[in-house]
Amino acid sequence: MELTTVWFLLVAVLFTGYFILEGFDFGVGMLLPVLGRDDRERRVLINTIGPVWDGNEVWLITAGGAMFAAFPEWYATLFSGFYLPLLLILLALIARGVAFEYRHKRPEASWKRRWDQAIFWGSAIPAVLWGVAFANIFRGVPLDADHEYVGGLLDLLNPYALLGGLTTLGLFLTHGAVFLALKTSGDIRDRAGALAVKVGVGTAVVAVAFLAWTLTIRSSTAAVVLAVGAALALVAGLAAARVRREGWAFTGTAVAIALAVATLFAALFPNVLPSTLDAAGTLTASNAASTPYTLKIMTWVAVIFTPIVLAYQGWTYWVFRKRIGVANIPQH
Amino acid sequence: MDALDVARWQFGVTTVYHFLFVPLTIGLSILVAILQTMWHRTGNERYLKLTKFYGKLFLINFAMGVVTGIVQEFQFGMNWSDYSRFVGDIFGAPLAIEALVAFFLESTFIGLWIFGWDRLPKRLHLASIWAAAIGTNLSAYFILAANSFMQNPVGYQINPTTGRAELTDFLAVLTNKVALVTFPHTLAGAFLVAGSLIVAVGLWHVIRNRDSADTGAYRFATKFGSWVVLVSSALVLLTGDIQGKIMTDVQPMKMAAAEGLYTTESPASFSVLTVGSLDGSREVFAIKIPYLLSFLGTGDPNGTVQGINDIQAQYATQYGPGSYTPIIPVTYWSFRFMIGLGLAAAAIALLVLWTQRKGRTPTSKWLLRAGLIMPALPLLANSFGWIFTEMGRQPWIVFGEMLTRDGVSRTVSLTEVLTSFTAFTLIYAVLAVVEFKLLLRYAKAGVPDVTPTPEPDDTDDAERPLAFAY
Ligand code: HDD
Ligand code: HEM
Ligand code: HEM
Repeated sequence: MELTTVWFLLVAVLFTGYFILEGFDFGVGMLLPVLGRDDRERRVLINTIGPVWDGNEVWLITAGGAMFAAFPEWYATLFSGFYLPLLLILLALIARGVAFEYRHKRPEASWKRRWDQAIFWGSAIPAVLWGVAFANIFRGVPLDADHEYVGGLLDLLNPYALLGGLTTLGLFLTHGAVFLALKTSGDIRDRAGALAVKVGVGTAVVAVAFLAWTLTIRSSTAAVVLAVGAALALVAGLAAARVRREGWAFTGTAVAIALAVATLFAALFPNVLPSTLDAAGTLTASNAASTPYTLKIMTWVAVIFTPIVLAYQGWTYWVFRKRIGVANIPQH
Repeated sequence: MDALDVARWQFGVTTVYHFLFVPLTIGLSILVAILQTMWHRTGNERYLKLTKFYGKLFLINFAMGVVTGIVQEFQFGMNWSDYSRFVGDIFGAPLAIEALVAFFLESTFIGLWIFGWDRLPKRLHLASIWAAAIGTNLSAYFILAANSFMQNPVGYQINPTTGRAELTDFLAVLTNKVALVTFPHTLAGAFLVAGSLIVAVGLWHVIRNRDSADTGAYRFATKFGSWVVLVSSALVLLTGDIQGKIMTDVQPMKMAAAEGLYTTESPASFSVLTVGSLDGSREVFAIKIPYLLSFLGTGDPNGTVQGINDIQAQYATQYGPGSYTPIIPVTYWSFRFMIGLGLAAAAIALLVLWTQRKGRTPTSKWLLRAGLIMPALPLLANSFGWIFTEMGRQPWIVFGEMLTRDGVSRTVSLTEVLTSFTAFTLIYAVLAVVEFKLLLRYAKAGVPDVTPTPEPDDTDDAERPLAFAY
């Protein structure tokens, strides 16, 4: 396999990992005002992701770094082109990250309320905007022959992209609710499970519509198989959630997210950012790539370190595998 | 004002801001790990208290370092996309490796450390803070290697058809002589900040909180921090001196700009301060130390240091017409502030040790005040060091290869950059106040009680409160 293909796959895997992991972080953040009826309950929710959210976010940083190293043109065009949405994502991630750490550092209710809002909006904004961004990457944007983005903000807010945003919003909400059902105990667990099914049904409709639209834009056999797989995994996950098989439900929503992201990347390949104007402006895995020498070095680094990272991150989830309930929250 | 100016201001503000948190993270991660190791070895509860106390301050600071770092990573593509296109082949690799090798290690094990007090065996818990500290310090190496490429490009060639820089020797990039010396210098500077914070907080409790049962712990912390400051100030001098010589070699303009030296001199003197203009025409008053600049730049007190006018003329023939001179007052003063403020912290550390010699307890209000401003001094020295390094490189973004003005994103409008600049500045300003107040609050609260609360026998495991919860 060509190294450019390997790196296309790796970038896809990193973003997929990011959406699976930070997807439930975002879901938990958005459900904070819904499922957390008082301060102790809200603390239960936050502490389900407390030890892991930062490690989850590094998937994004690594994906960004990998894109920069392996496909500099893609990184440069995408990040300068999607300027304002990315700005909003960054502001949201700043507010949210600080909020987790600072929320419980003062006792006043007003202090906590403010940080709770930061967590909610800091989760909801990226949950929508990542969908908008990836739908646009897939659909293509106006690029001139120099691969420079020549559209405006409104070009990014087309109906297809907005449906993409709604899809990620729904998927992350469902995924977060299922995660909470898996990680909490008592009353919260019951409510989270029930909510997952409710939100999940709506999400399934939106997601199927989005994937179908996707396949009418560009398609391949692999993409069709992946899209159908994504829909089936979501439905299976919801069925499992209904009968309170929470581990299976979580597997279902995680696989659904993975396959939905994979559908986009599979139908995108070998392009990385199609141009809706000049065909010469389209960025592909080969014309956006670094030199073979850089890719070779990066491949070695990835081959050695990715398994190590996966091992210790997996181990972290094992260490913090216990459910958390209101009784586990200390008084202070 | 155009998009380029705002993009430059945004980069400067966000990076210097990021680097307000970075030194404490780098230094405190290791120092807290050392304190925890001492507890582990001796079983003395004093060290456990200090570990938890400074660990809390560390975490308040850490959160800010993380969220401001993400901005850095995205900013290259957003505001400096032509720069990213030009150097991506080389510059992206250390950034990606930093994330994969260092950030994962750091963020995962920090989580294990914060929440793992009752979940992990003691040894593994101790190993977690060390793993996080190593990750943190490792991240500094990769980002500094990337930055050093901009100061002194090595291991690359320019592809004549695409005009882009291409990597030819990755090992050369990682062992760039600028990176090899910048790394220890930056780390030493970071420990200067972390040591100073430990002193400041400890000293406040020693003087103001005299009857506390924990006075012994605070006295220990104060001395420990002071020694860290003294050792790291020696290292900062040593590495800074080597850096000066390398800089004279690879970026002679920066050295000339550090002194505002217009005409080539041998021997050249170093001015401690200059009153009057720094444009080479007249100076009203200056305190000069003869031979020092020659020694700093070349290692030989009679060595030749090239002046700005000569280098400018030489660059104009080499690179074409234009100005290759950075803004002299900025480089001149930032260089002096870096050295002066850093060494001032070392002087206070000496004073603190002196007043506590042979078990004496300091009482002076002046010492207390000096102690309280102490962390600000090396922190500002770090900022000035960066302002010097980066401003001294101008007008280049990659020295000798690409001008800063050519690196900016062509398609990003002034409105967009202004929007992001305003947004970042506002959110950063608010967060600075919040974080500073929190640090003060938790510094004042003092060391925590570490006596384990007796567990009621009838509660089963599922009901037990977490040792730590957000
Ligand atoms: C605080 C630490 C710091 C760090 C870690 C870096 N720099 Fe720097 N950089 C600055 C501190 C700084 C600065 C002092 O903030 C400058 C100088 C003047 C300014 O506005 O910002 C600056 C300017 C500056 C500019 C704008 C040009 C200008 O305004 O003069 C660019 C594009 C870079 N740098 C690029 C980098 C890159 C790609 C780095 C990563 C390796 C980097 N710098 C590390
Ligand atoms: C301009 C270049 C820089 C970029 C692109 C950058 C990028 C980042 C990113 C993405 C993070 C967040 C990691 C996380 O989530 O855990 C981060 C944090 C960090 N960075 Fe930077 N950084 C830059 C400059 C530097 C420099 C020069 C150093 C050290 C000398 C440094 C040291 C650190 C450290 C220690 C952290 C850990 C978090 C903290 O500071 O609290 N950074 N950086
Ligand atoms: C007598 C003492 C010092 C000397 C001679 C010195 C020298 C230097 C030089 C020459 C550079 C520029 C390197 C380059 O552009 O490649 C530099 C950068 C820097 N200095 Fe210092 N320095 C001294 C003290 C300090 C102190 C006390 C601090 C902080 C506490 C500090 C922090 C920094 C930082 C953060 C940088 C920018 C990062 C880098 O490129 O290393 N320096 N220093």
